Amino acid sequence: MGITVSRVSKRFADFVALDDVSVDVPDGSLTALLGPSGSGKSTLLRIIAGLETPDRGSVVISGRDVTGLAPQQRDVGFVFQHYAAFKHMTVRDNVGFGLRIRKMPKTEIRKRVDDLLALVQLDGFADRYPDQLSGGQRQRMALARALAVEPRVLLLDEPFGALDARVREELRDWLRRLHQQVHVTTVLVTHDQEEAMEVASRIVVMNHAQVVQIGTPAEIYDQPASDFVMGFVGRVNRLPGAYIRPHEVRICEPGEPGCAEAEVERFLAFGPEIRVELRLRENGQRLWAQLSATEQGMPDLTEGMVVGVDLSRARRVDEPAAAGGAR
Amino acid sequence: MSTPTDLVGPGVRQRAGSSTRTRLTLRTIALVYLGLLVVGPVALMTYSAFADGLRPVIETLTDRAFLHALKLTLIILAIAVPLNTIFGIACAIVVVRQDFRGKRVIDSMLALPLGVSPVVVGLALILVYGARNGWVGPWFMEHGYRIIFSTPAMVLATIFVTLPFVAREVIPVLREIGTDQEQAASILGASPWQTFWMITLPAIRTGVAFGVVLTAARALGEYGAVAVVSGKLAGRTETLTLHVEERWLAFDPVAAYTTSLVLAAMAIAILVIMRRLTPKEH
Amino acid sequence: MLNVADRPAAATHPRNVAPAVHSFGAPLLRGAVGAWMAVIVVIPLFAVAVAAFRRGPEGFWSAISNPQTVAALGLSFGASFVVVLINIVVGTVIAWVMIRDTFPGKFVVDALIDLPFALPTIVAGLTLIALYGPKSPVGINVAYTRAGIVLALLFVTLPFVVRSVQPVLAEIDEEMEEAAFSLGAGGWTAFRLVILPNLLPAILSGAGLAFAKAIGEFGSVVLISGNIPFKTEVGAVNIFNQIENDNVAGAAAISVVLLGMSMVMLIIIAIIEQRGGRHEHAH
Repeated sequence: MGITVSRVSKRFADFVALDDVSVDVPDGSLTALLGPSGSGKSTLLRIIAGLETPDRGSVVISGRDVTGLAPQQRDVGFVFQHYAAFKHMTVRDNVGFGLRIRKMPKTEIRKRVDDLLALVQLDGFADRYPDQLSGGQRQRMALARALAVEPRVLLLDEPFGALDARVREELRDWLRRLHQQVHVTTVLVTHDQEEAMEVASRIVVMNHAQVVQIGTPAEIYDQPASDFVMGFVGRVNRLPGAYIRPHEVRICEPGEPGCAEAEVERFLAFGPEIRVELRLRENGQRLWAQLSATEQGMPDLTEGMVVGVDLSRARRVDEPAAAGGAR
Repeated sequence: MSTPTDLVGPGVRQRAGSSTRTRLTLRTIALVYLGLLVVGPVALMTYSAFADGLRPVIETLTDRAFLHALKLTLIILAIAVPLNTIFGIACAIVVVRQDFRGKRVIDSMLALPLGVSPVVVGLALILVYGARNGWVGPWFMEHGYRIIFSTPAMVLATIFVTLPFVAREVIPVLREIGTDQEQAASILGASPWQTFWMITLPAIRTGVAFGVVLTAARALGEYGAVAVVSGKLAGRTETLTLHVEERWLAFDPVAAYTTSLVLAAMAIAILVIMRRLTPKEH
Repeated sequence: MLNVADRPAAATHPRNVAPAVHSFGAPLLRGAVGAWMAVIVVIPLFAVAVAAFRRGPEGFWSAISNPQTVAALGLSFGASFVVVLINIVVGTVIAWVMIRDTFPGKFVVDALIDLPFALPTIVAGLTLIALYGPKSPVGINVAYTRAGIVLALLFVTLPFVVRSVQPVLAEIDEEMEEAAFSLGAGGWTAFRLVILPNLLPAILSGAGLAFAKAIGEFGSVVLISGNIPFKTEVGAVNIFNQIENDNVAGAAAISVVLLGMSMVMLIIIAIIEQRGGRHEHAH
């Protein structure tokens, strides 16, 4: 096991950040800690790194109990949301920092840094200062810096959070490919479910200082363990006492057995997706259905017409208290 | 660090609102006030120093009492400035990076020396270090150390009045840079000491330099606190500022003016350094 | 806000505090800083308080109710008050000119404002005597008068209000001023209703610092005032004379009063600054 977190609790004054949390991160995996603000995911990552000390519980990295160790002794790489670039050092000195601390000979440092800069596609930027890089370049530099010391695990704290949408998407793909090359056990903290789904092979969903579900992206999406997970991961329609994903709503003939009547309020088709906004006749409830443009046997939908909707795949609310947690 | 000067951009637009007349009136008020209060007096003193030609000026500058005062001032500077620089950086780290009871006390103590009259500083030191009735003065005296009416008291007085300058400059800078860089360094294996030297200190260096310059300026020009504890023994416990007063009271205005000019030149040099340190961008 | 990391609010977890990084030797550093502060500042000032009450409350009272002392403290307070009022008006005007006006040689003027910070106070006093003393080439002699004291205090307090107001004024949007003008407000009305309320905390904080400096001022005053009892002797000079006469208990008592006055001022500034700070956070 790459990282084993057992029964960790942490509170800041009167705020409970982590409440008896246990997580296993398999060796070589790319795991995402996903949750809304204040769910405790960053605190968990910082405890793994040694930047915070847990009140209770233990952290084991590659079979070594590191709970009482300082960050320097843990052999981890860490990437901060806001890059934490050493502003007074060149890119080369930033990336080589850990090696210099480890007293590696200068010529070797130089060679290793060059290799790493090639890996993160910053070949021509060695002598620039962080001010002269874009956000995405800075974050790639930070990644190279973290990888330089060949850490046992790589920890990323909202690494793309400060970047704009397009760069974020590019870096996601890039990170996934990099992980396939380097294969270091990686934990990524994010509040963006799309990012977690796209990048990670495993997702740990957190809410209110606790782990609520651990699984592959498919498991999390198709078999959410709670209403909170269902609402937080992927898009969802909320019905009284039940939830249904838009792609699970089936349009049928009005009056067909098992179908409710609904009025089409808006009909939007672009690309491969059709979005139908509906209003149920019996109670005025609004919901939307996501259909595939290639789907056959679809009646021609126009705004104002009445159709049937099959909501049989809706899931009942099982723990109403958690329903408010989604953003 | 946002200092006033970098906000005074040259490209101030002419606005419809404040009429040219208002602008000219206010500009005149400001310039006349500064002229009468600062420029006129300083200019006249400069002129007066050289009114009788260069010879008296040179005589003053080569006078033994003057040279001794210069030497003593520089000695005090050389002790007080480094000590308060180290203290100021340590204090800023404690106030910004540590969390403990009594932190607010230290924080508010930093404002204290700014509100204490220099004369009171001198008095306070006499009460503690006075050779006859001080709290610890007699003990030092028995062991052969005179504090009051001697260099140590003048150093202590200078340290007191310049205590907060470095800390007050560094604290906001330290807050601003945050902890990410330091944490990144420690995760990469740097010890706290390495992190301080390789990451923290380079990041706060402008703030430190600014604080050092302010400390030096104040240490150079301190008069009241030093006057009280020095005993004003000419040729022994006289700093440049005390020498100015002594020459003036001895009806030797040219020497007083000349010494003042030396101090003013140092002050202007310090101002120039301060300008250099003020970041131009951001 | 989408990009908020899930760290708890600053109140529960101060972002700047880094336990894991600096915990090494932290209590030691803390102790050293506290000890240095105690030796240099706290213990000596405590000694002043002790000495002030060495002869009991009566001794303290008789020292500060001495008519000459009352006159000196009154003069310090009164002169500082006048000086602060002048600074509030002229300091704000100078700050406005430095921000909103352009003219050749402005950078020289900007440097001039800092000169009183850097110039030794005794030199300041001397320059003023040279121009406004008995040998004044322009025929103005304020030596040995209260006007001379006010002049000296104006010199040493010049930068406080200007430097406090300048950055705030620079941040006040010119568009805000323009908006006021466009709504028909005249120059003065716009200033009073739009600019002044925003500047007030900065003006008051600068004024407070100027007051704290003026009330205890010694070096710039000592030569020009002549130190005539009941007439031109300020508080700090009174203390100095008591020390020279070996009356340290009396000197300590007056010091406590002087300290009290400037402490009250510094506390008021701290409160104003905190309010101002909250303002900033609000928007």
